Amino acid sequence: MATSLALAMGAATGALAQNGEPVKVGFVYVGPVNDGGWSQHHHEAAVKLKEHFGDAVELIEQESVPEGPDAERVLTQMALTGADIIFATSFGYMDQVESVAAKFPNVKFEHATGFKSGPNFANYSARFYEGRAVMGTIAGMMTETDKIGYLASFPIPEVIRGINSTYIHAKKVNPDVEIRVVWLNTWYDPAKEADATQALIEQGVDVVLAHTDSTAPLATLEKSGGYGFGQAADMAQYAPAPRLSSIIDDWAPYYEERVQAVMDGSWETAATWSGIADGMVGIGAFSDAMPEEVKAAAQEVMDSIVDGSYHPFTGPLNKQDGTPWLAEGEVADDGALAGMSFYLEGVTGEIPN
Amino acid sequence: MIRLERRPAPSKSWTYLAPLLAVAATMIAGAIMFALLGKDPVLAIKTIFWDPVFSPQFGSYSRPQLLIKAGPLILIAIGLSLGFRAGIWNIGAEGQYIMGALAGAGLALALYPMELPVLLPLMVLAGALGGWAWAMIPGLLRTMFNTNEILVSLLLVYVAEQILSAAAVGFLRNPEGGGFPGSRNLQSYPSAHNAEIIANTGIHWGVVAALIAVIAAYVLLQRHILGFHIKLAGEAPRAAKLAGVNPARLILFCMGVSGALAGMAGLFEVAGPAGKISIDFGAGYGFTAIIVAFLGRLHPVGILLAGLLMALTYIGGELAQLMLSLPAAAIQAFQGMLLFFLLAFDVFSHYRLRIATGRAA
Repeated sequence: MATSLALAMGAATGALAQNGEPVKVGFVYVGPVNDGGWSQHHHEAAVKLKEHFGDAVELIEQESVPEGPDAERVLTQMALTGADIIFATSFGYMDQVESVAAKFPNVKFEHATGFKSGPNFANYSARFYEGRAVMGTIAGMMTETDKIGYLASFPIPEVIRGINSTYIHAKKVNPDVEIRVVWLNTWYDPAKEADATQALIEQGVDVVLAHTDSTAPLATLEKSGGYGFGQAADMAQYAPAPRLSSIIDDWAPYYEERVQAVMDGSWETAATWSGIADGMVGIGAFSDAMPEEVKAAAQEVMDSIVDGSYHPFTGPLNKQDGTPWLAEGEVADDGALAGMSFYLEGVTGEIPN
Repeated sequence: MIRLERRPAPSKSWTYLAPLLAVAATMIAGAIMFALLGKDPVLAIKTIFWDPVFSPQFGSYSRPQLLIKAGPLILIAIGLSLGFRAGIWNIGAEGQYIMGALAGAGLALALYPMELPVLLPLMVLAGALGGWAWAMIPGLLRTMFNTNEILVSLLLVYVAEQILSAAAVGFLRNPEGGGFPGSRNLQSYPSAHNAEIIANTGIHWGVVAALIAVIAAYVLLQRHILGFHIKLAGEAPRAAKLAGVNPARLILFCMGVSGALAGMAGLFEVAGPAGKISIDFGAGYGFTAIIVAFLGRLHPVGILLAGLLMALTYIGGELAQLMLSLPAAAIQAFQGMLLFFLLAFDVFSHYRLRIATGRAA
C-alpha cells in the first residue's frame, strides 16, 4: 500500500512539475449550490479557494447529486476529466468515493463527514457538537417556556451528537429544560422544515435549533415568534431576532490547505476532525436580543472549548436509560463520539430505527 | 385565421415524425438557452449528445453507463406502456420500484451471509412480487370500488418512500455500518450481486431483462389476443366491451405487469449499480419512465430508443455540468423541453392545421 501511494504521488507530482497546468479541483454537492446552508457553504468555500489560487486552480463542480449510483458516475467522470483532487461533500457518498478512489489511484479523494479512508482517500469533518454546546447554552437561558425544539435530519451519529450536546448544555444553565426532537429524514426541504418548526411552536417550544440546511425554520420563527440559530451558514439576515447566533461551517481554510498540499506534492491521506479552535466551526456574532449574562455564559463555554480546558462531553453523563456512560471528569474519546447512536439521560423520545 | 381541425384518425406520419421534431426543437431551444447562459451552444449540444458515446476521453466509460441508466427506464416504461395503451394509468411505478427493491434486497439480507447459487433468481422473483403486490393495491381498489388508480398509485409512492427510509435507518440497516443509514452492500455478497455479465459493458441482468421485455411486449401487442384487447380497450372502449373484453381483468393484468416490471427494475438496481438500500435509493426512475413511455410512442421499439435517448441526456447533461459549468437546473429544463415539445408536436397527429382566409369560421 505504501509503495502504491508513493508511486501514485510520484506520478502526480511529476505531471504537475512538467506541464505547470492548473490543479483541477472537483466538488460534488448533494443539494443545489443556493440551498442557503450546507451545499452553498461548501460551494462558497470552493469559490474562495478559486479566488485564493487564481489561475493555478481550475474548479469543476456538480450540484444536486443524489447519494447512490449517480454519485459514483459523477465522481468517475470527474476523475476522467483529469481532476487532481475531488471533494465529495456529503456523508452518503462514502461508499462511492471508496470504490472510485480504488480505480483512480492518482486522483486524491476527500470525503466529508464519513469514517472510511484509503491511501488516496481522506475524510474530513467538523466538530459541530462544539458549536451545539454554545447554542445549547444560549437556548437554555433564552427559553421562557423551558421547551426547546430540535429539527433533526437523519439518525446518524453526527446528528445525535448535536442533539445530546445541545441538551446537556441547555440543562446545565436551566435544569427544567426539555428538548423536543422532530425527525425529518431530509437535509433540505424548506416546506417540511417550516411545518415542523410551526408544529414545535404550537407545542409551546420557543427556541428551535435545526440540523437541516435551509433558512425556512428562521423564516417561520420570524412570523410566529421564538428564537433560532443560523445553521451551516450565518443567516445574519434574520438577526437580531429570531437568529441569536449561528454555527458556521468554514471549509475554505481546509480546502486551501489540501489543494496546496496537492500542488506541493505533499498530500497524504488523513482523517481530519476540527472544531472551533481550528476555525472549521465558526460561531456567528451574538445578537443584541441576547441579554449580557447570556452572551457572557455563551462566550465562556466557547472560550473554554477553544483553549482546551473543557470538552463538551465530560462526565458524569448517563445514557438515556440511566446506565452510566462517562464517569465524573471522564472525557469521551473520538471513537465513541464518532459512532454515537444513543441519547443521553434526560432527552425524551426515541431515535427512529 | 388559423384553427385546428380534428383528424378523423391520428396521422401515422405525424406519430413517427413528432418525436424526431421534438428532439430537433429541443436542441434548438436548448442551444438558445445555453447561449443566453453565456456558453457555447454548439459545444454544449455536442457535449450532451455526442461526447458520452464518441468522446475518446469519456466514451469507454460513458457507453456502459448509458445502458446502466437506460435499463431500468426501459424495463419500467414497457410495463407502463401496456396500461397506458389500454387507458389504465399507473403513475406510481416509483413506489413499485422501491417496494420491489425492498422485497428482493430484504430476502438477500435475511439469508446473509449464506452463499446460494439460486439466490439472485429468487431475489428477482421477490422483487417482481413486491412491485406486483404494491401495484395490486390501486388495481384492486379500482376494480372493486372504482377508485381512481392515478391518485392511489401516485400516493402510494410516498408511502413506499417512508417505508424505504424506515428500512434504511431501521430494519435493513447494516449492523456494521457505524450507525449510518443504509443496508449492507449487496455488491460484496457474491450470491446476491447482480454483477456485469461481461466486464466493462454495463450489461447486467437488468439490461438483459429490459431487452426481453421489449421483445415480449412487441410479440404480445402484435400477435396475442391480449395485446389486441389492450389496444382495443384504449382506442375503442365500447367495441372492446362488445368483443367480450373483461375490463377488470385487463386492469389487474396491466397494473400487475407494470408493477412487477418496476419491482424487478428496482431489484436489479439495488443488487447491482446501487448495491444497497439507502434513504434516497428511489432516484426518480419510476417517474422518468413515464416520459420514456410517451416519448417512445408507447411502442416497444420506440421505448427502447427513448430510454437510450433519455439516458444520454442524463449522462451528457452531467458532462456538460462538469466541462462547461452549466447549472443543474439548465439540464433539467433541457430535459423538460423534450417532453414539452413532444406534447406540442403531438397535437398535429390528432389535429390538422387549417388556415382559413376571409370568412369567419
